[in-house]
Amino acid sequence: MAKLQYERPLIQKLNTGTMNKFGTRTEYRPHTEIDGAKVEALMKEFGSPLFVISEKTIRDKFNDANRAFKTRYPKVQFAWSYKTNYIAAVCNVYHQLGSWSEVVSGFEYNKALKSGVPGNKIIFNGPDKTVEELKLAIENSSLIHIDHLDELYTIIELTNEIKKRPKVAIRVNMDTGIYPMWDRFGFNYENGQAWDAINKIVLTDKMDLVGLHCHIGTFMLAPSAYGVAAAKLSELALAIRKKYGKTIQYLDMGGGFASKNTLKGSFLPGTDTTPPIDDYAEAITTSILNAGFLEEELPTLYLETGRALIDEAGYLLGTVISNKRLSDGRKATIMDFGVNILFTAFWYDHKITPAQEFSHYTENSVMYGPLCMNIDVVRENVTLPPMKKGDHVVVHTVGAYNMTQWMQFISLRPAVVMVDLQGKAHLIRKRETLSNIDASEEMPGYLKEFKL
Amino acid sequence: MLTLSRLRRDQKIETMKIKKNIAISDSGFIFNPSTGDSFSVNPIGLEIIKLLKDEKPAAEIKKHILNLYAIDEATVEKDFYDFLKMLEANKLSAETEKAN
Ligand SMILES: Cc1ncc(COP(=O)(O)O)c(C=O)c1O
Repeated sequence: MAKLQYERPLIQKLNTGTMNKFGTRTEYRPHTEIDGAKVEALMKEFGSPLFVISEKTIRDKFNDANRAFKTRYPKVQFAWSYKTNYIAAVCNVYHQLGSWSEVVSGFEYNKALKSGVPGNKIIFNGPDKTVEELKLAIENSSLIHIDHLDELYTIIELTNEIKKRPKVAIRVNMDTGIYPMWDRFGFNYENGQAWDAINKIVLTDKMDLVGLHCHIGTFMLAPSAYGVAAAKLSELALAIRKKYGKTIQYLDMGGGFASKNTLKGSFLPGTDTTPPIDDYAEAITTSILNAGFLEEELPTLYLETGRALIDEAGYLLGTVISNKRLSDGRKATIMDFGVNILFTAFWYDHKITPAQEFSHYTENSVMYGPLCMNIDVVRENVTLPPMKKGDHVVVHTVGAYNMTQWMQFISLRPAVVMVDLQGKAHLIRKRETLSNIDASEEMPGYLKEFKL
Repeated sequence: MLTLSRLRRDQKIETMKIKKNIAISDSGFIFNPSTGDSFSVNPIGLEIIKLLKDEKPAAEIKKHILNLYAIDEATVEKDFYDFLKMLEANKLSAETEKAN
């Protein structure tokens, strides 16, 4: 007689009357495929843990965002925010879709150039641009978004040796009714700093002020804040037109739209609370259209949307290492991935589902990573079927920031694959090896030998 | 190395019994009339509770599971005792002192 499939014995207390904060989700429904690629097969071929990117989701999300803005406003240009996920294959999907590049460092800038993005389609943000990087950006006619006065003076100096007029915008920070206000980057709108920078740029007459930029925050759940920001940038653009007769060619609204993740501490899942992209589009475009621009002088709307476009396209596959019972009776599940590669576990309660069929019985568990540290908590409380050593899970909505902010701490970083529109998986970043790490280390001669 | 108290505790769990008055339904619902608490258990958990109620010894229950399911002994050992501890924590075990 064939033996029955084993499942760990489980007992769960039923709480009648109170809504179970964790039990109402359908998280434990198994997720066995990503766009037609079998999760088990992916892990067998590429190992565990493994990041998987759905090309289809990238394209669908982008097309949806593009539609939301283009049906409301005549001139829209997306620029892919490299820091969100700068694996070259990922960037190229966005470039194929028509996105320019938005970069915040020389490293990202050169990555975009290497991928073949024309210099004049790179937006260069960030407070730390070196003289060499600024020179390169001026030569390439990139859009330099000036963050502070020191940078402005450096550019003015550079125009003495480079016979090209830099194309610049200033980054503006402002009060949009959101707390805390991001006033660390760029020039403040309310206290006149922005005007100070604008006056210097126009009056020195060494560069072309082509745009105005803002990035009011990240994971912004209030589309109305974008309405306020777009109105203020429009007002500034119109005032520049009036004062100096110069037309501002674009308004860049930065990034920050929320993805469908669930912020820690929120009662409802992100799928219920995240505003649709249409709400952000409506707030922004209404503000600009109502600001009073002449039709032929309407600025192009630039968007540097990051997480809202890529988060849902990313999955992390992992394996159960062990189960434990904590001293207070809670179940603990230890996974082969932790906050070293899933940095966003600090911000979100990521949705986690099993990768294989189970019965419908579930239990609450705390999910830990494999690092020898207390902070290595993937989920404080997750409802899953009884998982045993070797079972697999799928962590959802991990496409943004993890594949750039991951740490090579204790273990090596995993491989990344992209599932194409036909369901075929392509390796787009190899699993790290010891020699990758060794390659950048040097050993002083006198330390080469030792005897134990 | 097992300490004496740990050894005693393990012996206690080895002879653990389930409360006589708890109600067990075939669909996996457990009701404890003395506390008013109800629980859901999965089929294998239900089977173990029924065997405990019939006062089957731990060794026999473990053997039964091994025969019935595709699983190794170490896992059964670990999961079985974990389950007993959960019964105890949920106040479903009978006072072992009296049973001894
Ligand atoms: C200047 C700038 N643009 C765009 C982004 C992308 O933001 P998000 O991923 O929240 O859309 C960021 C992120 O910090 C940023 O600093």
